[in-house]
Amino acid sequence: MTVTKIDKNPETRTMVITAVFTASVADVWRLWADPRLLERWWGPPGFPATFEHHDLTAGGTISYFMSGPDGVDRFDGTWTVVEVDAPTRLVVEDAVIDDDGTPGDGNSMTRMEIDIEVVGDRTQMVLTTHFDSLDGMERAVAMGVVEGMTSCMSQIDALLAEVTS
Amino acid sequence: MTSCDNRSGDRLTGAPLTSPAKGVFYNHMVVESLEHEDRIDRLFFALSDRTRRDIVTQSLDRERSVSDLGRLYPISLTAVQKHVEVLVDAGLVSKHRRGREQLVRGEVDQLHRAHELLDRLETVWRARLERFEDVLDDAMGKECR
Repeated sequence: MTVTKIDKNPETRTMVITAVFTASVADVWRLWADPRLLERWWGPPGFPATFEHHDLTAGGTISYFMSGPDGVDRFDGTWTVVEVDAPTRLVVEDAVIDDDGTPGDGNSMTRMEIDIEVVGDRTQMVLTTHFDSLDGMERAVAMGVVEGMTSCMSQIDALLAEVTS
Repeated sequence: MTSCDNRSGDRLTGAPLTSPAKGVFYNHMVVESLEHEDRIDRLFFALSDRTRRDIVTQSLDRERSVSDLGRLYPISLTAVQKHVEVLVDAGLVSKHRRGREQLVRGEVDQLHRAHELLDRLETVWRARLERFEDVLDDAMGKECR
């Protein structure tokens, strides 16, 4: 199991996840720094993410979209890079996207801090997600509903494959 | 102000809302439990009034402006504001400003929602980190493209 610890604080709307990997710090970092690798794990099965802009410098923008199998459902995300200290620390904020698709008034909804360090002979990644509002959380979780659905579907697919083979 | 307002006001000011002094004689545990007792006092006091209980109920399903709440009860806006302050103090509601409006939101519900959302977010991230590990295993040792 990758995840070793989860702290959730509803009062501050913060979640801290600690995960440990058998890999180097540099390799773990690459999964954030290389958009082609990032898009292989960010989106749930059936909803691949495409990172259009990936400017990993302080003040830079990272934007992506996730589209469903039917091509109708689409989720857009834009992060503003707040802090980069390769290969150990990355801080991004989720920008508010208005209905017309442009970033809103600059209020941050989500702040994500990624800290990577060597622990023993493995690499630890601590992910701190803070939400300014419940709406921001709702939005992040909206993709989770999709996630639940699609991972369910892929389980069914796997089962079917097993049964029919 | 009507006599109703005054009565309401008196009840408010007569409440034991101040915290006991955190004396140097108490160790950390005692201070903590006193603070806890204090919170319970504030909670029970806040809920001891029918109007305040109703304000909590009203602001649970959606945000209410102080003026909206004022229309619901035969008391002045000032009295409503005092009630809201007591509820904020007890952590039962929170206050936000939108433009010129003061909005009141039931906190109990907010916390409950936050709880639920965090649980669901945990599921999202657990699955995401499993994929993270898969990609990591696959990409390890390979050159960056």
